[in-house]
This record gives sequence, structure tokens and C-alpha cells, in this order.
Amino acid sequence: MRDDLIDLLWTGLLETLYMVFWSSLFALAIGLALGITVVVTERGGILPIPILNKVIGFIINTVRSLPFIILIVILLPVSRFIVGTSLGPKAAIVALSIGAAPFLARIIENSLKEVAGGKIEAAKSVGASPVTIIFRVLIPEALPALVRAATIAVIAITEFTAVAGAIGAGGLGSLAIRFGYQRFREDILFATVLVIILLVQIIQWTGDLTARSIQQRRFKRE
Amino acid sequence: MITVQQLSKSYSTTKGATIQALDGIDLHIDRGDIFGIIGFSGAGKSTLIRCLNRLEEPDTGSIIVGGQDIMLLKGKELRQARQKIGMIFQQFNLLDSRTVFGNVAFPLEVAGKSKAEIRDRVTDILELVQLSDKAGMYPSQLSGGQKQRVGIARALANDPDVLLSDEATSALDPETTHSILELMKDINRKLKLTIVLITHELDVLQHICNRMAVIEGGRIVETGTVDKFFIQPESATSKRFVHIVQNYYANRFLVEGQGAGI
Ligand SMILES: Nc1ncnc2c1ncn2[C@@H]1O[C@H](COP(=O)(O)OP(=O)(O)O)[C@@H](O)[C@H]1O
Ligand SMILES: [Mg+2]
Repeated sequence: MRDDLIDLLWTGLLETLYMVFWSSLFALAIGLALGITVVVTERGGILPIPILNKVIGFIINTVRSLPFIILIVILLPVSRFIVGTSLGPKAAIVALSIGAAPFLARIIENSLKEVAGGKIEAAKSVGASPVTIIFRVLIPEALPALVRAATIAVIAITEFTAVAGAIGAGGLGSLAIRFGYQRFREDILFATVLVIILLVQIIQWTGDLTARSIQQRRFKRE
Repeated sequence: MITVQQLSKSYSTTKGATIQALDGIDLHIDRGDIFGIIGFSGAGKSTLIRCLNRLEEPDTGSIIVGGQDIMLLKGKELRQARQKIGMIFQQFNLLDSRTVFGNVAFPLEVAGKSKAEIRDRVTDILELVQLSDKAGMYPSQLSGGQKQRVGIARALANDPDVLLSDEATSALDPETTHSILELMKDINRKLKLTIVLITHELDVLQHICNRMAVIEGGRIVETGTVDKFFIQPESATSKRFVHIVQNYYANRFLVEGQGAGI
């Protein structure tokens, strides 16, 4: 073990957290918008627009079918356009957000579809508008499932940040590749892996805890 | 209060066939009545009652509720009309994310009422359905009967003129069914509410309905008072219903007569 280890790890961790945080936020926003749109616009949904439904479904499937590493390359010009560079954490955030959003859209779609149709009918029967149904019925009723979906997505994004090291994104993934792999620094490789494992565990715990506490409040027994 | 004319509705199945669920329904329901619609499974009961607030979109026909043709309404107008047509369901359909209070408050939020108005109204309604002590509980903590009381409270929150009930007691045990029917009778009297209820249980009809209709294969085959239905059944469905009940009583009498008891 050499004395630069802690410093390198710390910087890597901060970069990773920075990327994970913003990518998750953006991916979640885009994923929610897409997931909700898919659910409400499908035939028999609360705002059926079959054409829009098909188009969004197609976009989601297309992006999802591309391997992430290829997606990054395709998105390089997009990153340059949005954040002014195709290198570094900011560029990675663009790629990660767009790459993870369709995946999130699908799991959010599934979570929302779990909400019993009867609840939506009941809301309709008291005169609720589609917007009210989305924000006051669909999302609150699906919340525990949505939190679980978000947890899976944040973990997937954490893993992807490592791949994003390929465009010099920085973070723990780059650290492992640049030092661990290219310079044979095994101490850094193992330490990096350890920190990533810990990070994923913490994200999972936080997600589980949040989902469970919502669930318990609603389904407690006296 | 409600006049339905030539109401038809068909479903197309995935195999390309069409099912004529409702076939030229004519119906008149008086203000303040408790009107029963009975029929066997698949007769079209749910489709009919769901057309009354356009949860189901009819193909043709007119539906006048309180002088307003529901079929001519769109978007916001339809949603406003629905605020005056309460509905309760067999599976209760309460929101698990909200407490009893929150569930009853929901229609009032939809109607754009203020926090203070909502608090007062929910308090009153919960008292009416005898659930004042359960306001802070979640649906999962309630019994079936209590859940249906919340369903009724929610349906009544915006002070509707009509209450639609789709097999509201079919998931409940006989004793709870009785108490829910008594509650419906009570609100019918106190609030001068017109109630349309769908059932496949004769007990329910006998207990609270005044007038009724029999539905069979998407058509109304008989209308009249509940008494007439039991004394002088005309349609095949009515005869079958009454026959089943008579058989039941006859058999019970026989078994009891032999000393077996029930
Ligand atoms: N969404 C639907 N799609 C296709 N067929 C339906 C649908 N809903 C009801 N039906 C059919 O319409 C008929 C009437 O159904 P319904 O009104 O639910 O009967 P009931 O409530 O009297 O049991 C049945 O044959 C049923 O299979
Ligand atoms: Mg039915």
C-alpha cells in the first residue's frame, strides 16, 4: 500500500458520487416522464394516444438494445452540444442519463401497471382528471415499487460510471482501469472494488429501508 | 331522476368477434328510489351501471341524469357531472396510500374545496357512516364492512344526487351485508339520494329495493316493483331466481322437518 491510495480513492469516490447523483436525478426525471406517458397513453389507459405510445415504446426499445459503451460513443456529440465537452464527468452524466432513462422508464412502467385498475376507476368516478389521477393516485399508490425501481436504477448507474471511464469520466471505475489495470497497482484495484461494493450496499439498504417504511406505514396491523 | 333510452354497448374481443353486452336498454328510475337491477353473471349488469357515469363508453343511446344528458358531455363537463354521481364497488377500490380521512377527502380535493371545508365535510360524513374513530387508519387496518363504509363516505363526499352500487355487498358476509344495506337505506332517507344498485342476491333486493329491473343477455326483460317480482315473476331469469329460492326454502324445510336441523 502506498500513501497516495487514500487520496486517489477519495477523489475517485467524490467523482463517482457526483456522476451517480446527477445521472440518477436526470435519468429518473426522464424515466418517470417516459414511463408515465407509456402507461397513460396505451389503449384503455387514462389518456389513450396509441401513436405516441408506439413511438415512445420504439425509442425506449431502441436505446435499450444498444450496448452502453456504444451508446457513449454515439452520444459524444450530444454531450459536446449540451455540456460543451465530450470528456470528463459532465459528459458522462449526459450519456449515463440518456442511457439509463429508457431502462428506468420500463421498470417505472411496470410499477405503475401494478396499481389496481379499480383504484383508477374509483378516482374517475369522483370526477378526477387524468393529471390528478397520475399525481394523486398512480404515483402515490405505486410509491414503494417506484422506490425499489429507483434503487435498481441507481445501482445500475453506479456500475455504468465505471464503463464511462472509457471517455475519461473519472471516478472509481477510471481509477481501477488507469491504475489497477494499466499500471498494475493491485492495491488500488482491490480498494476500488471494495469501495464500489460498499457503495452499492449502502444504496440498496437505503432503498430497501425507504420502501419498507412506506409499506409499513400503510400496511401496519394493530 | 334517471332515464335511459336505447342504450347499446358492444365489446370486440381479441379474436375479432363482438359481444353485444347491452342491447337497446330502456329504463326509468324515479328520484329518491332505491332501484335494483338483477341478473345472472354476464347478463350486462356492470356494463349498464358503468355506462351511467360513462366509465364505459356506450355505442348509442341517451342517458339523462337529473335533466342532463350524460352522453353529450365531454372532458371537464363530464368530470363535473361525475362529482354528482357517487359510485361504490365490490372490491371497495380504496387508496392504500391514504388514510380513511384522506380517502374521503379525495373527491373534495378533486372538486377544489379548501382545507377547512374538506376537514368539516369529512368529519360529518365519517360520522354518518359511523367511522369517526377510524379517520387516521389506513384501509389495510379495516374490515371489509368498514372498507365499504369508507367507499360509501367517499362516494357521498361531494353530496351527489345519485349513488351507483356495483355488487357493493357481494364480498361481505351476511351480517355485514345487512349493516351496509341498512346504512344505504338510512342515507337514502336522510339525503334524499337516488340509489341504483346491481346485485345477483335476492336478499339484497328484498331488503332495500322498491322498484327493480331484470336484465338478461343485455336486455331488460322485466321491470316493476320488487313485490311483483317475487309474487308474479314473468321473465325466464326471474322465474329461475325465484325458483332457486323456493327450492332452497323447500329443501331447508324438509331437512329441518326430518330433525336434522341446520
Ligand atoms: N372489457 C370487456 N371486454 C370484452 N367483453 C366484456 C368486457 N366487459 C364485459 N364484457 C362482456 O360483456 C358481457 C356483460 O358483462 P358484465 O356487464 O360484466 O356482466 P355482469 O356484471 O352482469 O356479470 C359479458 O359477456 C362479458 O363477458
Ligand atoms: Mg358484474
